[in-house]
Amino acid sequence: MFGWEFPPNISGGLGTACYGLTRGLSKLSDVDVTFVVPKAFGDEDQSTMTLIGASDVPIINRKLKFRDFTRALECVEVSSSLVPYVDPEDYARQRSYTVAETKSWIETDSQGKVKFTGKYGPDLLAEIARYALVANVIAQDREFDLIHAHDWLAYPAGIAAKQISGKPLVIHVHATDFDRSGGRVNPDVFAIEKQGMEAADKIITVSNLTRQVVIDKYGVDPAKVVTVYNAVEPNLKRQTGPFKKGINEKVVTFLGRITTQKGPEYFVEAASRVLKDFDNVRFVMAGSGDMMNRMVRRVAELKLSGKFHFTGFLKGDDVLQMLQMSDVYIMPSVSEPFGISPLEAMQARVPVIISRQSGVAEILTNAIKVDYWDVDAMADAIHGILAHPKLSRMLARQGRKEVHNLTWEDSAIGVRRVYQSAVQMNESVLN
Amino acid sequence: MKSINLFFQVHQPIRLTRFRFFDIGNSEYFYDDYQNEYFTRQATESCYLPANKLLLDLISRHQGKFKVTFSISGTAIDQFKIYAPEVLESFRELAATGCVEFVAETYSRSLASLNDKTEFRKQLEQHANAMAAIFGVRPTVFANTGLIYSDEIGAMVAEMGYKAILAQGSPHILEWRSPNYLYRNALQPSLSVLLKNSQLSDDLAFRFSDPNWSGWPLDAKKFVSWLNKIPEQEKIINLFMDYETFGERQKPEAGIFDFLSALPSAVFKKSSFKFSTPAETVEQYQPVDVLRASHPGYNGKETAQLSDWLGNDLQREAFENLSKLSHQMHNCDHASLLKDWQYLQTKDHFFYMSTNHVHDDHSLVAFNPYDSPYDAFINYMNVLNDFTIRLERFAEKEQHQMIQYKKKILAFA
Repeated sequence: MFGWEFPPNISGGLGTACYGLTRGLSKLSDVDVTFVVPKAFGDEDQSTMTLIGASDVPIINRKLKFRDFTRALECVEVSSSLVPYVDPEDYARQRSYTVAETKSWIETDSQGKVKFTGKYGPDLLAEIARYALVANVIAQDREFDLIHAHDWLAYPAGIAAKQISGKPLVIHVHATDFDRSGGRVNPDVFAIEKQGMEAADKIITVSNLTRQVVIDKYGVDPAKVVTVYNAVEPNLKRQTGPFKKGINEKVVTFLGRITTQKGPEYFVEAASRVLKDFDNVRFVMAGSGDMMNRMVRRVAELKLSGKFHFTGFLKGDDVLQMLQMSDVYIMPSVSEPFGISPLEAMQARVPVIISRQSGVAEILTNAIKVDYWDVDAMADAIHGILAHPKLSRMLARQGRKEVHNLTWEDSAIGVRRVYQSAVQMNESVLN
Repeated sequence: MKSINLFFQVHQPIRLTRFRFFDIGNSEYFYDDYQNEYFTRQATESCYLPANKLLLDLISRHQGKFKVTFSISGTAIDQFKIYAPEVLESFRELAATGCVEFVAETYSRSLASLNDKTEFRKQLEQHANAMAAIFGVRPTVFANTGLIYSDEIGAMVAEMGYKAILAQGSPHILEWRSPNYLYRNALQPSLSVLLKNSQLSDDLAFRFSDPNWSGWPLDAKKFVSWLNKIPEQEKIINLFMDYETFGERQKPEAGIFDFLSALPSAVFKKSSFKFSTPAETVEQYQPVDVLRASHPGYNGKETAQLSDWLGNDLQREAFENLSKLSHQMHNCDHASLLKDWQYLQTKDHFFYMSTNHVHDDHSLVAFNPYDSPYDAFINYMNVLNDFTIRLERFAEKEQHQMIQYKKKILAFA
């Protein structure tokens, strides 16, 4: 399996999804996973993973033990430091505020064949190409039945592995560039995505919304594309009672990257509508992103600053605390292939409002769905939840129950089915 | 001779417009005219007109031996007047054959029987008047919303002079009994109780076109063979369903009209049944036993009581908020407020808030104009809040006028 993130170092839904899925697959007795990631960029990784000097060993190979899982998951790392979900041109800019911290770059030499340059340059595409080379080498050294590549950054690696091994390739579309760019598709990224989809024997999409994009925009045969919904890790942390708010007011939360894709401006407009008639409420925009400054200005322009707060990027426990403080969680995404975050909010018993333009809207019943552009509907839904405790309680209760039933094991079973059909197809071609 | 009573209930709710919280206190019109016209017209074309035509045909073909009974809601009548007058006309034609009975119900197909006797009586009276005005005959039989029944509801209806009531044959009422007999009310023995035969009714209404159902495909001959299996002493079969079953829920391609068309002759040729209407049935048969139902019954599925409309917190919250206004409304004489009040009571608004996912009749859910029960609740509560504000304003104005009037009188004195 090729992916760009692996927990605990994640900067978005991709890492969470890869992690969950891998854990789900590890519960299936007939699937063994080797996960290949470029060097992850978070701090925690240093405590759980050994980093070996690249000059002599190009690939770090170690076992990652999962508690209460029968099988061990093998994690192979090659070095890199990348932010997923970004445009190559945006990369330099974006790094300045993402959680990612650049680790010292390791020069890697793989059996004398592959040479990694020392520094991580602004050229993402070259990095992807290098990753593909390493993938090629890994594919030669290992025994496996199938290659699974997550999102465009890993497609070239998947293709390279397929070329050398002749094994079937499944690509997993967590997002397309149409989602990330808000329509301004980067031609290089598009080309890589299309290449990956063409080379793939089977394509997994995280929602029917994304499946349709893959079919319509990339011209892929519908028969090749299968939707397998994401799930959410059960929240095992015992919640230490309800979090005590310092204020006796309702809190409405947006939590995510402040970028075009996530629709932060609709959240601001909806807030302004609610605040006109409803005083006992505060709005929080938690996260960071290239639209943040614009949002700060807009909030000031609407004179909402007294009731509207920006927290900056939140991590780990802060996220949980923010959720526990919240009375409403909103995901107004313009385009969201899936969207795991509302599921996490629902786990924390927070009523959620999600845009219809999200994959997760296809499976959720106990959430209020609105069109992202319909700020009136959004404002109305916020008001409804705040004004009717019965409604809020029911959403919280039913929502938690619903999310409890979305398990990665079920997703893994769906993925395994795709594996089986890809392997079968491949065998019938070979015979 | 045994009797089949074919009941069709005709209903169109007055659907609410999208009403935002910032409209509360500013807007006065609650209804989505476009949707109301659209759905009424759709049902008119696919069901009411073709089905009425077929029934008219069957009645004349069988020279008065084929009979049916209708329960048409007031909200449907109101909308036919605006959007589909030809439907009313064709119902009048059916009425003129003398083979069609019209029963009474609550005007806006409300849940008033559960919480508001005054309102219940008022609505029943209003509906009976409308039936008399349109079809020239005053109903003597009552069918409650969702066939909700209890001893007390039956007694109220009996006190108003009705001879019979149609009730849901749900297990908690039936217990060991068969629905295929005539019963009498536990408090008012003069009132006969007819019970819906759920099995056979739902075979048509819900299962007819389901290829996974063991009875599929169903034709009139097979249906009559089922009727013939009913024990000889069980003489009355009440088949009760939404009229929209014909052409809307069950599509013409599935053969539902062919079924209906072939049913009378199959019954006449192959069975000892005849068609009759509830009023005739009550004349002809004696109740065999007292039916006891200390609490209200339930419509569709056997799982829970009233759960389609009052099964969850949202539904109960909305219904309680609505009910709070009833006292004030009984003293209100403002025509448009009264009309809105009535339309807001229609059971469909509560049905849209249902989280009861045990429905096996998905088609019912398809009529839901809302995305989710939550959405339906928010919209309804916004409308209800606006209505409450209007009512308060009206009351203040009245009071103000009264004070002015008294002052005037005092000034003269």
